[in-house]
Amino acid sequence: MNLNGEKIAKYALMTVAFSAVASLLLIAVFIFKEGLPFMFKVGLRDFLFASDWDPMAGKYGIYPMIVASLWVTLGAMLIGAPLGVAGAIFLNEFVPKPVMRVIKPTIELLAGIPSVVFGFLGVMVLAPWIRATMGGPGLSVLAASVILGIMVLPTVISISTDAIGAVPNSYREGALALGATRWQSVYMVTIKAARSGIIASIILAMGRALGETMAVIMVAGNTVKIPHSVTDPVRTLTANIALEMANATGMAREALFATGVVLFVVIMILNGVALSTIKGRVRRK
Amino acid sequence: MKTEPVISVSALDLYYGEFQALKQVPMEVKGRHITALIGPSGCGKSTLLRALNRMNDLIAGVRVSGSILLEGRDIYAPGTDVCLLRKRVGMVFQRPNPFPLSIYDNVAFGLRVAGMRDGNAVEEIVERSLKAAWLWDQLKDKLGQSALELPLDQQQRLCVARLLAVEPEVILMDEPCSALDPIATARIEELMLDLKAKYTIVIVTHNMQQAARISDYSGYMLLGEMIEFGATAGIFTSPKDKRTQDYVSGRYG
Ligand SMILES: Nc1ncnc2c1ncn2[C@@H]1O[C@H](COP(=O)(O)OP(=O)(O)OP(=O)(O)O)[C@@H](O)[C@H]1O
Ligand SMILES: [Mg+2]
Repeated sequence: MNLNGEKIAKYALMTVAFSAVASLLLIAVFIFKEGLPFMFKVGLRDFLFASDWDPMAGKYGIYPMIVASLWVTLGAMLIGAPLGVAGAIFLNEFVPKPVMRVIKPTIELLAGIPSVVFGFLGVMVLAPWIRATMGGPGLSVLAASVILGIMVLPTVISISTDAIGAVPNSYREGALALGATRWQSVYMVTIKAARSGIIASIILAMGRALGETMAVIMVAGNTVKIPHSVTDPVRTLTANIALEMANATGMAREALFATGVVLFVVIMILNGVALSTIKGRVRRK
Repeated sequence: MKTEPVISVSALDLYYGEFQALKQVPMEVKGRHITALIGPSGCGKSTLLRALNRMNDLIAGVRVSGSILLEGRDIYAPGTDVCLLRKRVGMVFQRPNPFPLSIYDNVAFGLRVAGMRDGNAVEEIVERSLKAAWLWDQLKDKLGQSALELPLDQQQRLCVARLLAVEPEVILMDEPCSALDPIATARIEELMLDLKAKYTIVIVTHNMQQAARISDYSGYMLLGEMIEFGATAGIFTSPKDKRTQDYVSGRYG
């Protein structure tokens, strides 16, 4: 009886786990099935490297969106990576352990704030400020970069903090015993020892920034145009899918799936690189 | 004219919070000699050693009173430059702890910390230090390799080399051989005897034969007190204190 119960539980769990994995795989397969044929029909050059996006006229160039996603993601990293890494160093080296035990989970909780809230803040506070001080429409590459840069902070801080915390204390002692100041021991030894974890945190954050949609739609301005300055409005790949899906049929619909394929592949590559740097570090220890 | 002690410790008390780890400890370290600290586990040898370059400052709740004079100057006096102190009084740790950098960068570390930018000068000192630690011949062709890939005894000698690069006056060694096999231990011991010509060495060891072999002066510690301190020959052959006698003759505990 009891044994039977265990068996049932086991099979039930297996089914659940299997269907979870299977549904993820199915989604991936579906996206590729819908998107790949389109890429071949239109041709990679006219899809990835053409600048005209006008589905009505049969023009499906997503180049401006690719450039926009790159700018916004890089901008977010320029803001989020230094701040996040600096925060992680500060938490590890200069904040007492008990305080750290409170602050770190708090920062990780920030990751749970819905992106629409960040977007709302961007629209209400940041965009008007940019418009007033730097000109342009306010909704822009800069606004999206700043908002995304803040949104990825929990990822960068949390993973970097773990990496820095795992650096053996003997390295620090060795550096200090040679007459290094606290700061010298941090940047000459600790950061180097934690390098792979820090890099992984930044790559994961890049994936998050690239994939973020809601906040970006709200603050980036969504104009399909190659940006010439950080105050120009742009439309990212993710925003394009979300904005166009309502009235997309036929080829336009396939074009959006193809855009999904591009995002999917890039983010998979980023996550793969991040995971392998983390694993590489563990193996070397 | 080397009669003045390089380091002279008197009435040193050290507390970890409420716990008193050192009690009224005296010690005199003679220049260009090897001084060994022996005693059972937990008696305060490492604590005393780490007081000499103020590594204990890193531990929260440590209080120190009494005095430690380095060439006549109190190292705990307010306004002491601790970084400079640690350059003058260097330390080799129990477990070899080379940085996760190349062999070259490990040895050059202290120079860069001190702000030396001249590449040629750094290179020269790296070579000289590796030679002094008897590593140059084995390592000269792989200076770019990670220091973590070296065998343990080479790692430990690399830690010595990296210390020699900053030209300390005193070298503190906390059980530098405890992670090494007997052959590697013998090599480090020979190295210490060689370094004695230029440096003042204080070593903590559990190994009484080692203390007897290499040291000129020894101190026997027990429960935070310096029971007996003097010439090594005297400590091992005619100890004045009954407790020292028990320990060196292996009757302790
Ligand atoms: N960070 C610390 N906080 C509190 N107590 C400590 C600390 N470090 C050492 N002690 C205590 O101080 C005493 C002396 O320790 P110390 O490490 O100096 O001993 P030791 O003679 O070096 O021992 P061993 O031979 O095992 O290395 C011990 O009782 C130890 O428990
Ligand atoms: Mg010890």
